[in-house]
Amino acid sequence: MYHQATWDEPLIIEKSQAGKRGHIPTGPSDIERKIAGDLGSAVPMALRRNGLPPLPEVSEPEVIRHFVRLSQENYSPDLGIYPLGSCTMKYNPKSAELAVSTHKLEKLHPEQDESTVQGMLAMLFRLDKILAEITGMSRMSLQPAAGAHGEYLGCLIIRSYHRSRGELEKRTEMIVPDSSHGTNPASAAMAGFKVMVVPSNSEGMVDLEELKKLAGPNTAGLMITNPNTLGIFEKNILEIAKVVHQAGGLLYYDGANFNPLLGKVRPGDMGFDIVHLNLHKTFATPHGGGGPGAGPVGVTKELERYLPIPLIGFDGKKYFYDYNVPDTVGKIRAFHGNIGILVRAYAYITSLGAEGLKTVAETAVLNTNYILSRILASGTYDLPFARARKHEFVLSAKKLYDSTGVRAMDLAKRMLDKGVHAPTTYFPQIVDEALMVEVPETESLADLDQLVEALLGVYREAQTNPELVKDAPHYASVRRIDDVKASHPKTLTLHWNNPTLLENRKVSNEEISSQESKSRLTSPPSR
Amino acid sequence: MAQTSHPFIPNSSDQLRNSMLRVIGIGSLDELYSDIPLEVRLNRPLKVDGFASEQEVRSSIEQLFKENKSGSDYNSFLGAGIYNHYIPAAVKAIVSRTEFQTSYTPYQAEISQGLLQSLFEFESMIRDLTAVDAVNSSLYDGSTALGEAARMAVRATGKYKVIVPRNLHPDKLSVLRNYTEPVGIRLEAFGYDEETGGPDLNDLQSRLDRETAAVYCEVPSFFGTLDADVVRIPSLCHEKGALSIIGFDPISLGGLKPPGEYGADIVVAEGQSISSEMNFGGPGLGIIGCRGENLLRQIPGRLIGMTTTINGTDKAFSMVLQTREQHIRRERATSNICTNEALLGIGAAAYLSLLGPKGLHDLFESILVKTRYAIKRLQELPKASVPRFETQHYQEFVVAFKRAPGITSKINRRLLLAGMHGGKSLVGDFPELGESSLLCVTEINTGEAIDRFSGLMTKLLRGSR
Ligand SMILES: Cc1ncc(COP(=O)(O)O)c(C=O)c1O
Repeated sequence: MYHQATWDEPLIIEKSQAGKRGHIPTGPSDIERKIAGDLGSAVPMALRRNGLPPLPEVSEPEVIRHFVRLSQENYSPDLGIYPLGSCTMKYNPKSAELAVSTHKLEKLHPEQDESTVQGMLAMLFRLDKILAEITGMSRMSLQPAAGAHGEYLGCLIIRSYHRSRGELEKRTEMIVPDSSHGTNPASAAMAGFKVMVVPSNSEGMVDLEELKKLAGPNTAGLMITNPNTLGIFEKNILEIAKVVHQAGGLLYYDGANFNPLLGKVRPGDMGFDIVHLNLHKTFATPHGGGGPGAGPVGVTKELERYLPIPLIGFDGKKYFYDYNVPDTVGKIRAFHGNIGILVRAYAYITSLGAEGLKTVAETAVLNTNYILSRILASGTYDLPFARARKHEFVLSAKKLYDSTGVRAMDLAKRMLDKGVHAPTTYFPQIVDEALMVEVPETESLADLDQLVEALLGVYREAQTNPELVKDAPHYASVRRIDDVKASHPKTLTLHWNNPTLLENRKVSNEEISSQESKSRLTSPPSR
Repeated sequence: MAQTSHPFIPNSSDQLRNSMLRVIGIGSLDELYSDIPLEVRLNRPLKVDGFASEQEVRSSIEQLFKENKSGSDYNSFLGAGIYNHYIPAAVKAIVSRTEFQTSYTPYQAEISQGLLQSLFEFESMIRDLTAVDAVNSSLYDGSTALGEAARMAVRATGKYKVIVPRNLHPDKLSVLRNYTEPVGIRLEAFGYDEETGGPDLNDLQSRLDRETAAVYCEVPSFFGTLDADVVRIPSLCHEKGALSIIGFDPISLGGLKPPGEYGADIVVAEGQSISSEMNFGGPGLGIIGCRGENLLRQIPGRLIGMTTTINGTDKAFSMVLQTREQHIRRERATSNICTNEALLGIGAAAYLSLLGPKGLHDLFESILVKTRYAIKRLQELPKASVPRFETQHYQEFVVAFKRAPGITSKINRRLLLAGMHGGKSLVGDFPELGESSLLCVTEINTGEAIDRFSGLMTKLLRGSR
């Protein structure tokens, strides 16, 4: 039976003891000191710190044990299946880790002369070409640090495009489906667009008639992912593209859901003008507990002139920084991108090739449909909208909730007790009590069966013993966390400098409340 | 289809596939794609090489990278935003724990306590170092952190002008433009003193008005100067109802005053130097923190809080104030950021725990000494002013050459031939400085390496006209 490690690990500041240290930085030599002279005036008075910086004092073994214990209190794809819908949580091949652990990458400075980074530039140049071929686009920018960052770049390119046509003033609206990921409307709004939401039809696809009503002279573009977040392929995609293009807008592809289409369908062939890929999803780079990722953006030939600088060029002999991008948006981050992630993706693609990439897509779809078939055969969860799914599907536990009071969140928490990660919950917002399941191609049949058993097991338990489920998890490092208290203005604790909390490992509500007057950060966000 | 499966794809053998297809109740894989219109399907194989063995992949990448001359091969004086520092082995061991490295954003907090506690500790340490109230768990890099800070200030004040120093890294300025222009934020630049490189407070005050949302300033400046006048900027801002954004260098806080102590409302930084190797400039670690409730409501990205379990028996950690974020608030979120740079945040927590108060202070001092040493060694360069600005420096300084145009790149080319990376040329971006470059010295640069560099520089400048 699964039971996660519980170390009851104190905060590292609680381990601090005066006089201890975990690393000795290299100091200057005596000669350097002598020549540097007296440091008395080396820093202006006004800028000098009073005393030493406040940090924990711990030895190296204590630091290692602290963080290794904490790592054991963390579930990860190296431990088991991670069916977090929309996140494409694949196994991350270890060969890619070897590719990046060399001083030939680690010790490269981004401002080095081109002649000294020819290998690096060659790889980035090739990756640009490869990703362009895979997506059916003309050229890529490797700068964006994540999917949402790519979306933002896409929005900036859309602005530049309309500006160049003298239409930016009137093209103020960005259309997104009601099933879209939160980053899509957020990116559009950050770029100054008004967000227009197009509803889904009864099949779970973009309602074409509604889209036709929304698209018009004010439309800047449409941001959409395909398959959509329900896992359904938008079969009217060419029609959708036509409507948007005829209205004068551009079509943006959110590549978070590209995994099932690798080698099968290309965004460029579906009429998209701008595409981002999430390398930390589709291309198996590790997600880092939240990041870093990488979100390269590809565009059509027509839009190349807006890409960020520099691009990487090749003159037949040498690779070089190409600043010759006439209407470039400039930069969207410092330097050239999340290189460590780009190199891993390159390694991944090389180990698969065209044939392997297609196998990735097909097997992800196979795995997902295998799970879905078994769930549907069980007569438990509902599957709103059409049956045909690609890499993911969204179940509704609404019926169960109505009869037992057990919510999707409770089911998710109970799944944690069974040694699997939970599906994504409550997204997309158009499904009630949503459980969004995505099982990538890296999962074995035994993993898939374990997931099916977990999904069905918690369903049965909700019917027979709802309290057990509502009270879950029981075997995680900690029991159910009080999220209300965590974000409540009276108890919000954003740092460890809070004496009462430190003194009392077990904190009661009253104790936290008594901190109210002492804490400066007491207000919840505005609505 | 294949007899045997691909190593990463267990269910890709014919046999397994067929048995799974039977459970689904279909005859072939193609049926799973039957809803996709023929017109959009790719009817040819991708033109992508591969299906190589692990050994082949590895050696092909090693072969490519052989052509790179790294900072280990060369004597390097490049900085300007990405720095070559020593990253302790223990930091690398910790960020290589695959429980951290391969997991996702900790949406399921109960099985992600390790990540959450580590990030909480990161936030707490940066908060203590900078003396602000709260720090988030990371943004993409230092430049986007500045972009987000400017937007935050605009939302909090309702004003639309942001003033930045003339001596700002050009990439940062470009990123800032892209984060501000679309929502109508106006950028203005205030100058620096020609002699000292410090902020021209008169120029700043002539621009700082009631329309101003925020003033940005960096310590040390882009030119590596330590400008005492910066500490006066927050109060100048507050008099006009504007906010002060201070950019800091994490290691320098081992000896420099925390920006929160002289009134910074928002602090931002690039945290690469305390978490990872240079990696050709990415990933970075965007750090952002703020003071006061009003700004906290506007902060972008993930915030980790400490709380308890519902039954009250245990301390626990989770993501808090999520209603600011895109997955809940969509177009009204404080930012679109979702994936961030969390692993580097853990690296920074490990780094700061290892160095501790003494280590961070000693490292600061070591860099300070080496900077002074390098300046002293280069001071006698013929026809050059070293440092270009007469003031104190940390880690970086400008060298100006009193020579004909082209000398900066000529020198850098000559240095390369001798296996050295000279400084970043400032010629294109700061024409007012003439022929000049920005040199950087960290604990990596030995006295001996600095001597070799200054020796060659002297020879080159003597030899050239
Ligand atoms: C459908 C979809 N779009 C966009 C994103 C945003 O990508 P990222 O987290 O890389 O910024 C995600 C991932 O969370 C996603 O699932």
